[in-house]
Amino acid sequence: MAAVQGGMVDAKDELDIKSEPPSDGFGNSNANDGRLLSSSPGAGTGGTATGNNKPAPGPPEEQQTLLAVLQFLKKSKLAESAEILRREAGLPEDALDPKGTDASGSGPGLAAGSGQVDGVDASSLLSRVTVSSSAAAQAPKKAAAGEDQPDVSVVLSAYSQQGDPSLYDAYYSGLKRFIESVLDCHRAELSQLFYPLFVHMYLELVYNNNESVAKAFFEKFSGDQECYYEQDLRILSSLTKKEHMKGNETLLDFRTSKFVLRISRDSYQLLKRHLQERQNNQIWNIIQEHLYIDIFDGMPRSKSQIDAMSGSLAGEARREANKAKVFYGLLKEPEIELPLDDEDEEAENEEGKPKKKKPKKDSMGSKSKKQDPNAPLQTRIPLPELKDSDKLDKIMYMKESTKRIRLGSDNLPSICFYTFLNAYQGLTAVDVTDDSSLIAGGFADSTVRVWSVTPKKLRKVKSAADLNLIDKESDDVLERIMDEKTASELKILYGHSGPVYGISFSPDRNYLLSSSEDGTIRLWSLQTFTCLVGYKGHNYPVWDTQFSPYGYYFVSGGHDRVARLWATDHYQPLRIFAGHLADITCTRFHPNSNYVATGSSDRTIRLWDVLNGNCVRIFTGHKGPIHALAFSPNGKFLASGATDGRVLLWDIGHGLMVGELKGHTDTIYSLRFSRDGEILASGSMDNTVRLWDAMKAFDDLETDDFTAATGHIHLQDNSQELLLGTYMTKSTPVLHLHFTRRNLLLAAGAYNP
Amino acid sequence: LSGSVTMAADREERRFAEVSRDSVKLMAESAGLELGDEVAALLAEDVCYRLREAAQSSAQFMRHAKRKKLTVDDFNKALRWSNVEAICGYGAQDAMLFRSVKEGELFFVEDRDINLIELALATNIPKGCAETMVRGMFTLLSSVVAPCSVPAAVQSLSDDLLKYYQQITRAILGEDPHLMKVALQDLQSNSKIAALLPYFVYVISGVKSVSHDLEQLNRLLHMVKSLVQNPYLYLGSYVRSLVSSVMYCILEPLAASINPLNDHWTLRDYAALLLSHIFWTHGDLVSGLYRQILLSLQKVLSDPVRPLCSHYGAVVGLHALGWKAVERVLFPHLPAYWANLQAVLDDYSVSNAQVKADGHKVYGAILVAVERLLKMKALSLPQPAEGCSSSQPGCLAGPMGYRVSSPGLSPPPEPLAEAGLGIASHLQAGGAGCQWEEWSPVPLPAMYSELYSFFGDSLAVRFSTEQSFGGFSPCTPSHFRETRKEPLGHVSNPDTTRKMPQLTANLNISPRQDGSPRTDPPPPSLAATGSVRSLARSSMQRSRASSSRSGQRSIGLSRDVFPKARFTSPHSGPPTFSFVIGGRQMGRRCQGRRPFQTIFVPTPPPPVVLPRVYTHKLPVIGRVCKPLRRWTRSHYSLHLPL
Repeated sequence: MAAVQGGMVDAKDELDIKSEPPSDGFGNSNANDGRLLSSSPGAGTGGTATGNNKPAPGPPEEQQTLLAVLQFLKKSKLAESAEILRREAGLPEDALDPKGTDASGSGPGLAAGSGQVDGVDASSLLSRVTVSSSAAAQAPKKAAAGEDQPDVSVVLSAYSQQGDPSLYDAYYSGLKRFIESVLDCHRAELSQLFYPLFVHMYLELVYNNNESVAKAFFEKFSGDQECYYEQDLRILSSLTKKEHMKGNETLLDFRTSKFVLRISRDSYQLLKRHLQERQNNQIWNIIQEHLYIDIFDGMPRSKSQIDAMSGSLAGEARREANKAKVFYGLLKEPEIELPLDDEDEEAENEEGKPKKKKPKKDSMGSKSKKQDPNAPLQTRIPLPELKDSDKLDKIMYMKESTKRIRLGSDNLPSICFYTFLNAYQGLTAVDVTDDSSLIAGGFADSTVRVWSVTPKKLRKVKSAADLNLIDKESDDVLERIMDEKTASELKILYGHSGPVYGISFSPDRNYLLSSSEDGTIRLWSLQTFTCLVGYKGHNYPVWDTQFSPYGYYFVSGGHDRVARLWATDHYQPLRIFAGHLADITCTRFHPNSNYVATGSSDRTIRLWDVLNGNCVRIFTGHKGPIHALAFSPNGKFLASGATDGRVLLWDIGHGLMVGELKGHTDTIYSLRFSRDGEILASGSMDNTVRLWDAMKAFDDLETDDFTAATGHIHLQDNSQELLLGTYMTKSTPVLHLHFTRRNLLLAAGAYNP
Repeated sequence: LSGSVTMAADREERRFAEVSRDSVKLMAESAGLELGDEVAALLAEDVCYRLREAAQSSAQFMRHAKRKKLTVDDFNKALRWSNVEAICGYGAQDAMLFRSVKEGELFFVEDRDINLIELALATNIPKGCAETMVRGMFTLLSSVVAPCSVPAAVQSLSDDLLKYYQQITRAILGEDPHLMKVALQDLQSNSKIAALLPYFVYVISGVKSVSHDLEQLNRLLHMVKSLVQNPYLYLGSYVRSLVSSVMYCILEPLAASINPLNDHWTLRDYAALLLSHIFWTHGDLVSGLYRQILLSLQKVLSDPVRPLCSHYGAVVGLHALGWKAVERVLFPHLPAYWANLQAVLDDYSVSNAQVKADGHKVYGAILVAVERLLKMKALSLPQPAEGCSSSQPGCLAGPMGYRVSSPGLSPPPEPLAEAGLGIASHLQAGGAGCQWEEWSPVPLPAMYSELYSFFGDSLAVRFSTEQSFGGFSPCTPSHFRETRKEPLGHVSNPDTTRKMPQLTANLNISPRQDGSPRTDPPPPSLAATGSVRSLARSSMQRSRASSSRSGQRSIGLSRDVFPKARFTSPHSGPPTFSFVIGGRQMGRRCQGRRPFQTIFVPTPPPPVVLPRVYTHKLPVIGRVCKPLRRWTRSHYSLHLPL
């Protein structure tokens, strides 16, 4: 692209500008701007040229009035007066010739422009388009040299390419009319163009200091945009000055990535033909430069299909982004011999745990199922070896799971709600250990508090001096090292210097992670109740962190838009997952620990491969920042909840949205599948816990034939059938949900009158 | 500046705060700078933008703190991360107090001086806030009875709750009425008593053991009311238990009612009202509740062995549940029931006096119920959309009345399979005791004529409408309908609704021997009085009946209504003295008044009984041995024992 020679650019641009006389006043000022800031050569020369060649027809408003008068005269068949006026005002011959659909008179400039370029054929238009886009690509390179902030200026300078500001309105409404006039089946697809075009055009206007035009443009067309873009539009509307564009993150997000649209080939052809016919190069420019149109063969999608997938900051995911193979199967469980039941009872009754530590190898190995074809290799990522205590815990887990309640639509779980009382300092995060024995809360006053919810109190390990006195050979050495004097229900961990937004217990209950606004993640020991490590890497607030289900690894994500994978014994991250366009709001490990899911304020969910750091899935469809994620226990599905109050279900293997659960009226902060995956529980800011029939949601799916090739899902609206129950709390937002090993649902939140 | 910054943060919604050019100049001045207009304008605009930006990024901190309220803290964090100095001194949780100076159009945050010395030496040291803690509680126990070990915190009630429970129950069941009021009030508004709900429900289910004590029953019902009205409580399946307790009070022959001096009628009325309240507010929590309630009421009504007070309860219960319930259950049962009631009312033996008084109660209750039935049906027919809720505020006081009146609100019939319940013995299991017969609505005219055949003019009295006095023109069906509509316009006039009824006593020398309304010519002397108001009276009475039966006050009200009605012109003379209450007649065939008479004759000739036509008996209903005393007594339950 950059290979195009400059001379041609200049010539073409000159032609461009000449054809647009009313741009003059603005063109000049813009030219100066261009030189100062990023200097697009075409605009500079063109602007000056126009200024010299043509008599200034005055500000566009005035001209518009003139045109209106002219129009009136023509309409009243006062041809002579019209002719005189036209001559005197220096308006072009066919100033009022309503080209094609543009009859509103709102865009005099457009009419004028198209009048003069009439002779140019379609192919030359196309060539011009490519040229100008290449000019745009060139500009950044020049600018980058002289600027301190190459990133920002590079991004912004692309906007210096511009046509007549007053034409934008006409361009846009012309396209709008076109799209509204096409067949229904194409209209929905082409309507996707509105939002990105609108934003880019608006930003171009702002960038080129056409504040009033930009405002008018915004006023006129912001109402047409899909309601789920409201948040972004609000941010956009506050941005009216070029100076403000620097450092505006939303803007940068929008600019750094191409907005992705999926359009069927037929619709795309239609659009292309239209733009060529209308010679609407401004819009074509934007499409070329800022949009990525993912063309597919086949039936155009319906409006509902499109709406289901759109809403994210950068459009939909490209199809190839979700093509990578994901090993979503579970790892083989290590073979731990489960003592037979009767023995088990004995062991428990007589001697307690120690006996179970020596498993007989001859015992049943039924647990070792065949390797799941979808599972990753056992050694794909190195996992920590099981310690004796881990094995013990596994045995406990298996024993518990034999007593697990079989849940279903007719057998809902009981819910136990843990209310944090007197949490005036503000509860910001909650976690419960897998065995439901401990509950921890992160607070806005920088503290982390850990409670024991069983009669067993929390005890610290004795001091080093005291430990020396202990008989290390004794059987109950683990008991002896604990300091009875410190036993209490609650331990407070001090260390952070900002609200604690994320909190996570290690699977073995020895550690606790907390992430905070102060940009650090801290690892706490639950033996000594002290801080062990402070992981510094995110230099901005860390919104969430979570331990891997196998321990050792953990993931964190924050305001700096990257997720990091850490190991507890490394002070630097092992992987950095970069790609989100806005804050990472929540992070979750896949049950097989090979993947990490992150939800973001850019309204997408990404799945990252821990092994190589690649992004293997991008899920779009949420209309608000995502605040909750949950993997199904079999690893096949992912559920996500966002501020839009909807839960979306995703098939990881196929990379498809497979369900939408509507019902919540506020942000969903917590999602959890029951231990066997039959029930999905969601907790929300609207003070309810809702239970959904996950079995049914996923079962229905299996009967459908997957349109995996196209990725075009057709969701039924069956939220009401899937909703099994809604349970109100009392002015208590539900911050966390947890299924105990026996499938009792625990929920937690702070009373917030 | 800080003031305006916070303001902008608070008003982040939709419309942006604007900092005006003047404000900027003013602030510059206070900092000792002189700014040109242009500079100020540019600055102002920039400030606005920066504020919006900061507000937007502070929203993120709010979201992650899982709050809905943006605090100064969030804003400060946003400022900090954009390398701007935080604003100190605005960390309070309470909203800032803005005050204005009118002359200068100046707004400022109130910032009082704090006397540190005073503060430091103050003796009333504030207590630290309570320890943050976690309490677990089961919010629901659904079909799964968890065999798993529940964490310790769940199992026991906390001491505080236990204490609360004891205090509340003691206060409510204790002697001090003031204390009771406070306790009930708290029960109604306390948001943290969910854990105690089963205990309270258990206490309330103790109605059965205190059925001898009206006062206690009353208090328990008040407790039900408070629980039902508590917006924080999720009653769930406890609704059933509560309804059962309330139904007990409505339907059972309470021990307290053995003594005729006990006013158990009021209790039943109140309980019925409560029942309808529970039903309308919480009926959706238990499927099939409506049907079960109707079935139980129906069963009681159709059981002749039950005492009259039970029947009374059933009738007021149906009445409280709305006219559709009346139409569905009471109306079809009326012919059968009427015979029994008639027998009671016809028995003049002294030993029967008490029973007969009770009978009058039932009679009155039925009358009120069917009157409303007719009225609502009439209203729902011609103008289903409008109903009467909008135009007849005087007619149906109380929210219950409104809800009942709109035709769409009546719950749909539930499938028959829905039934079986163990807890609530007072709820009829579906189809067990008595049949839930197929039911088809009776058209209004037919219903009216049938009811008329029972009640005669006493029905018409309350149902009459504004009509010119003179015309005794034969009423055509269209005329009939027309008169139905008229209450709408008429009653909406607040003046008329509040006026006392004017009824007259008339001399009637020749009481009719033949009571059939169809053949009866209008008595000549009846044209006299102002029947206009009778509607007003009926509406007033109805409003009282439906909404304010809660206490003695309404009784007082009814007392001065009805005595006035009597003997306004006590003529003396002829041996037969017929006393007429009522306005002009607007029945179908018989024009003029169908007098409901109380005849004071030494020897009343027993009238001939015609099958299906009961009206001829009506004149004797009021014929009691000691009329005045009886009547007075009967006022206790508001229903005119006609």
